[in-house]
Amino acid sequence: MIDFRLTETDKALLERTRAEAVIARRYAHEFDENEAEMIPDTLPETEEFYANRSPAPTAGPEDTQGAVMMMLQTMGAFWGDYSVRVRRSDRGGLGNAALAAAGTDEQKEEWGNLMLSMAITEPGCGSDPSRVSTSAVLDEETDEWVINGEKIFVTTGIRATGVVIWATIDKSAGRAGIKSFLIEKGTPGFDVPHKEKKLGIRADDTAAYVFTDCRIPRTHLLGLDESIQQKNSGGFRGVMKTFNMTRPMTAAMGLGIAEAAIDLTREELVNAGIVLDYGVGPGGLGRTNAAAEKFMRLESIFEASRLTLLQCGWMAGEGLPNNLESSVCKAHAGSAVREITQGCIEILGTMGIARENLLEKWMRDSRITDIYEGTGEIQRLIIARGLLDYTRADLK
Amino acid sequence: MISFGLSEEQEMVRDAMREFAADAIRPIARECDEASEIPNDFLETAWSLGLTSTQIPEEYGGAGEERSMVTNAILLEELAHGDASLAMAALAPSLFANAILDQGSDDQKKAYLPLFCGESFATGAVAVSEPGALRDASAPQTIAEPKGESFILSGRKTMVAYGDRASHFLVTARNGDSLGAFIVPRDAAGLKISGPEKNMGLRGLTTTALEIERVEVGADALLGGPEGADIQRLLNVSRTGLSAVMLGLSRAVLEYCVPYTKDRVAFDEPISKKQSIAFRLSDMHIAQHSTRMLVWQAASLLEHGEDATKAAWQARSYAAEKSMWIADNGVQILGGHGFIREHPVEMWFRNARTLGVVDGMVAI
Repeated sequence: MIDFRLTETDKALLERTRAEAVIARRYAHEFDENEAEMIPDTLPETEEFYANRSPAPTAGPEDTQGAVMMMLQTMGAFWGDYSVRVRRSDRGGLGNAALAAAGTDEQKEEWGNLMLSMAITEPGCGSDPSRVSTSAVLDEETDEWVINGEKIFVTTGIRATGVVIWATIDKSAGRAGIKSFLIEKGTPGFDVPHKEKKLGIRADDTAAYVFTDCRIPRTHLLGLDESIQQKNSGGFRGVMKTFNMTRPMTAAMGLGIAEAAIDLTREELVNAGIVLDYGVGPGGLGRTNAAAEKFMRLESIFEASRLTLLQCGWMAGEGLPNNLESSVCKAHAGSAVREITQGCIEILGTMGIARENLLEKWMRDSRITDIYEGTGEIQRLIIARGLLDYTRADLK
Repeated sequence: MISFGLSEEQEMVRDAMREFAADAIRPIARECDEASEIPNDFLETAWSLGLTSTQIPEEYGGAGEERSMVTNAILLEELAHGDASLAMAALAPSLFANAILDQGSDDQKKAYLPLFCGESFATGAVAVSEPGALRDASAPQTIAEPKGESFILSGRKTMVAYGDRASHFLVTARNGDSLGAFIVPRDAAGLKISGPEKNMGLRGLTTTALEIERVEVGADALLGGPEGADIQRLLNVSRTGLSAVMLGLSRAVLEYCVPYTKDRVAFDEPISKKQSIAFRLSDMHIAQHSTRMLVWQAASLLEHGEDATKAAWQARSYAAEKSMWIADNGVQILGGHGFIREHPVEMWFRNARTLGVVDGMVAI
C-alpha cells in the first residue's frame, strides 16, 4: 500500500542520524578551508556521542523499509556535511558496492574487510568507460595479471586500503574486454601520486592512481569470469549493475545537501517575517511574496526529487528492477540540487556567498551530483533508450 | 512505513480505467473539444461504472466501498490520460458527493448522497473559482452574511462544471473571518446560472457561471453543520485531483511523442535518434514521473487524514508547471503538426494551461 508516513522506529533512526550530522556540521567549514589536510577518522565529539547515545531501535522487516531508510539516512548524514562520507570509510567505498554486486563468495570473504575505492575514470575517458585504456595482461607463467595505466578522480582514493579498477584485457573487444580487478594498496607498481584540488567536496580525498607493471594474482579478477563475449558482455553489465544502487545513493547525498540549503533559507525567510502560505491557489500570486514564491517552488522541486529517490530505493528493497528509475532519480536530483542551491543563494543575497556561512559551500559541494556516477547527460541517454526501446547502438 | 507499492485492487482499477480511457475516452476526445460538448451517452456509460456511487455508504444507497484517495488519484490519472475534459465530466458528480461524504453533517449526507445512487447520471456542482484577475479560491470575494438563523450569499462564480444540470451547488464564501461552503438548490431565488462558458481549454466540459444576488439559505445549508467544514481540506482534495489530471495529460503527451519521433525521419534518421529530441523526451519522462510521486504523497496524506496543505500545494504547482512544460515541448517536438488540430497535442497544450489555473473542479 502506498504510504508516506514514517514509523516510530524510522523517526528514531533519523533522529540519531541528525544528531550525528549536527556534530559533523561544526567541522564543515574547517575541513573545506583546509583542503590539503586529511580529515580525522573521528571527530572529538563523536566518541562521546557514540558512548552516550541511546541504543539503536531494533527494526523488524515488518515496520521499516531498509532500502528507503538507507536513502533517508544518507540524506540526513549529508545534511550535516559531505565529509561524513570520508569518516564513514569503515562502511566501505564504491568498490565495496562492486564487490558485493559482482564478487565471488571467496572474494567477498577475502576483500570484504578492506575499504575499496573504485577507479574507472582516466585522463582520456570519463562518461564512456568502454574507452578505458588501462590494460590487464595475463602472464600465463606466473598466473598473474600485469596492470598498466592511469586512473583519476578516485573517490576516497587516499584513505582506501584497496581498489576495484576497470581495465581492458582485450582493447579490440571494446566494452566486452573490460573487467574489474581487485588490487590492494602497497602492491608494487601501484602508486598514489596526489590528492586532487576541487570546486567542492574538498574534504573528500579524491586521488589519482598510477599502475606500472603492477602484478596481481589471477584470482583478483572480480567475479573470476575471464571470457569475452562479443555482444552485450555479461561482465560489463555485471559491473554496470552496481550503479542501480550507487546512483540513488549519490542522489541521496546531493539531496541531503540541498535539504540543508532549503532548511537554512526557510529559517531566514521566517526570521524576516515572510509568510509561506501553502493554502494559496492558482491566481493567488498577487498575494504572495516573491521570495516566498521562489522558495516554495524550490521546495517543491526538492520534494519531487526526494520522493523519486525514495521510490527508487523502495524498488531496490523490493527486489524490483530499477535501472530506469535509478537514472531518473539521479538525473532529477542532479538538476534539482543545482537549481535549489543556486536559487537559495539568490533568495538570501550576499549572505549566501559569504564563506563563513555554509550555503556557498553547499552549492559547490552539491555541484558534483550531476557529474559523477554518470553525468545528467548519460542518465538522459539511458532514460531515452528505455523510453524508445533503443539499444546503445541505436542512440549514442 | 514508506511504500510505493500499489495494492492488487489499485492495480485492477488502474488497468480497468486505462482500458476504459483508451476505448471510450480518447476516441471521442477531439470531437468533444470541437463541439464543446460531451455526449450524454458518454456520461451515462461513465455513470454505469459506478465511479461515484460505489464509494457512498450502503445506508445512503451506495455500494459502501471504502473511498481511497490514492486509488482515486490513480484512477483519475488514467481517465485523464484519455482526456482531461471527459475525465472531469465522468467524475463531476463525485466532486459534490465526495464533499458531502467527507465533511457533510449526518442530515446533509441523508439528504444529498442518495441523489447520486440512481440509475442515470445525476450531478451537483461545486462553485469555487471566481471571475476576474488575480482571484484565488482560498480568498473568495463571495460573502455569506448571517441573517438570524440564515445566511445571505452574494458574489460571482465561474468554471462551475455542469452547473446547467446540477441539482445543487456547493458555494464557497467568506463567512466573517472563516471560509464556509453552502449548499444552494438550483431554484434558489437570486441564483442566476449562465453559460456555457467559452474557454481556451477543457472545451468538452460544460462549465457555467453563477451570479449570486442575495441568495438566502437556511442554517442547514452550511456544509458540516453549525461548526462548518474544513474548506482548506476540500481545496487540498481538489488540487490533488487536478494534479492527477495534469499528470495523466503529461503522460499522454509523452506517450504520443515517443512513437511520433521514431517514425518521423529527418536528415536520414528518425528524429528520436538525435540527442536534442531524445534528451527532451527523457526530461519529459523525468517530469511526469516525479509529478506522480507528489500526487501520490498528497493523496496518501489526505487519505490518512493528515495535514496535506503543503503536499497538495506542491503537487498542484509542480504538476501545473511540468504539465505545461511537457505539453509545450510536445507541440515543439511535433513541429508544424503540433500546431494542427489533426493531432491531439495542440488540445493538450490548451488544456494544460487551463488546468493550471482552475481550482475546485475535480475530487479524488
